[in-house]
Amino acid sequence: MKSLRFNSVFDIIGPVMVGPSSSHTAGAARIGKVVRSIFGEEPDKITIDLYESFAKTYRGHGTDVAIVGGLLGMAPDDERLSESLKIAYDKGIKVAFVPKSDKVDHPNTTKITMFKGDRKLTVTGVSIGGGNIQISEINGFKISLSMGTPTYITIHQDVAGMIAKVTDVFSDRDINIGTMTVTRESKGEKAIMIIEVDDRKDHEEILKELQSLKNMDNVTFFE
Amino acid sequence: MFYTVKDLIEQSHEYPSIADLMISVEMENTGRSKEKIRSLMECNFEAMEKSVKQGIAGVKSVTGLTGGDAKRLDQYIADDDFLSGKPILEAVRNAIAVNEVNAKMGLICATPTAGSAGVLAGVLMAMRDRLKMTRAEQVDFLFVAGAFGLAIANNSSIAGAEGGCQAEVGSASAMAAAALVYAKGGTAEQSGYAVAITLQNMMGLICDPVAGLVEVPCVKRNALGSSQAMISADMALAGIKNVIPVDEVVEAMHKVGQQMPGIFKETAEGGLATTPTALKLKKEIFGD
Repeated sequence: MKSLRFNSVFDIIGPVMVGPSSSHTAGAARIGKVVRSIFGEEPDKITIDLYESFAKTYRGHGTDVAIVGGLLGMAPDDERLSESLKIAYDKGIKVAFVPKSDKVDHPNTTKITMFKGDRKLTVTGVSIGGGNIQISEINGFKISLSMGTPTYITIHQDVAGMIAKVTDVFSDRDINIGTMTVTRESKGEKAIMIIEVDDRKDHEEILKELQSLKNMDNVTFFE
Repeated sequence: MFYTVKDLIEQSHEYPSIADLMISVEMENTGRSKEKIRSLMECNFEAMEKSVKQGIAGVKSVTGLTGGDAKRLDQYIADDDFLSGKPILEAVRNAIAVNEVNAKMGLICATPTAGSAGVLAGVLMAMRDRLKMTRAEQVDFLFVAGAFGLAIANNSSIAGAEGGCQAEVGSASAMAAAALVYAKGGTAEQSGYAVAITLQNMMGLICDPVAGLVEVPCVKRNALGSSQAMISADMALAGIKNVIPVDEVVEAMHKVGQQMPGIFKETAEGGLATTPTALKLKKEIFGD
């Protein structure tokens, strides 16, 4: 079978979302929310680079408020989205938008850098239409995450044996891992695992089990 | 899973309907139960219903550029002295309603995108009573539209930034036309013709949002997109075929999208977006 960009009827009918643009508002909010989960905590400073169509129309389409809303943990149908810049300001989070003129692979691209004290994480997200997104880069590593399949994201300490412990949780339940990305901020610091699985069963139990592992900071599940 | 419209039509013959095929593909791809899938679609359906109602009551966008036209058209229909026809005008009114709600950052269901959300909700809410559709049949209507939308999306595009407005309102209108044919009892092949007729007429339509907003001309393109879905469906139901096969039309739209200059792909750098009035409005709204 060919690899399809869109696999679900709900990629076409849906999402239910706050307007005005599925790619520039809903997709942008989803990118923000995923990036927040990968980072695992509330940042104190955010830099948002915007490319091509995102750079040209981000204010009119609410891309700015949507990305920041997502970074604050809001979903695309959260009616507080339009207030997100004010909410971030009130929390003391510094936000900078940087429209870029560089050519990129896809017209709706944003590169988000989150800071918390000495921690720093850069993630590139692409909004491919209809609210659907892809994550294409984490800390300079090229990856391809569609977020259309069940995905677990872990933030953990970079110590020996973590990968085996996490994958055991899935193999114990006979769940196949489709793709897996492991990266870290620097040796012995925080590390990130992004795991796409073929089956969404038992996700609540799996979340609990992963969360209870030693040296695990944070686990998120995306459907 | 089907890839092209041709696959979709062929595979649908093994199921009671296109909606059943779509649901079974969804079950296979996601591992979700039929009940869960139907209930997710019902949530979308309810959001669509609400947005139509809200828009007809009268709304105003954040910038003030759009709003109130659904209400205006509702009154015009009530006056019962019009040129075209009531079903079409009601579809148009509903489509305007949804996009006016969208422009004020209200809650809508993207079909396939937010900028093109008015078309499908517009025609469904205009025709459901006339076609005596049960609630389950109205939800099925969305599965059929989604099935054709998937085939278009996987072979072309549904994003204005990738393919211009043909990819957004064009796709929405084609999906709506296909679902209307289905709801009226037409064949899967006729739904395919309705898609082809619609897309070939929308081909080349650029995305040129004034001030980068999803308001002008988006609201009116949805309005006319919904009227076109109704006409295309009627043509297909009359037995009119299309010379160019539907999948070739989809492929042609894809190529046109790739060849289209960036200034016409949701960048607000061409078309209506650079008219003197648009530039003046942009300055008034954003101050630069």
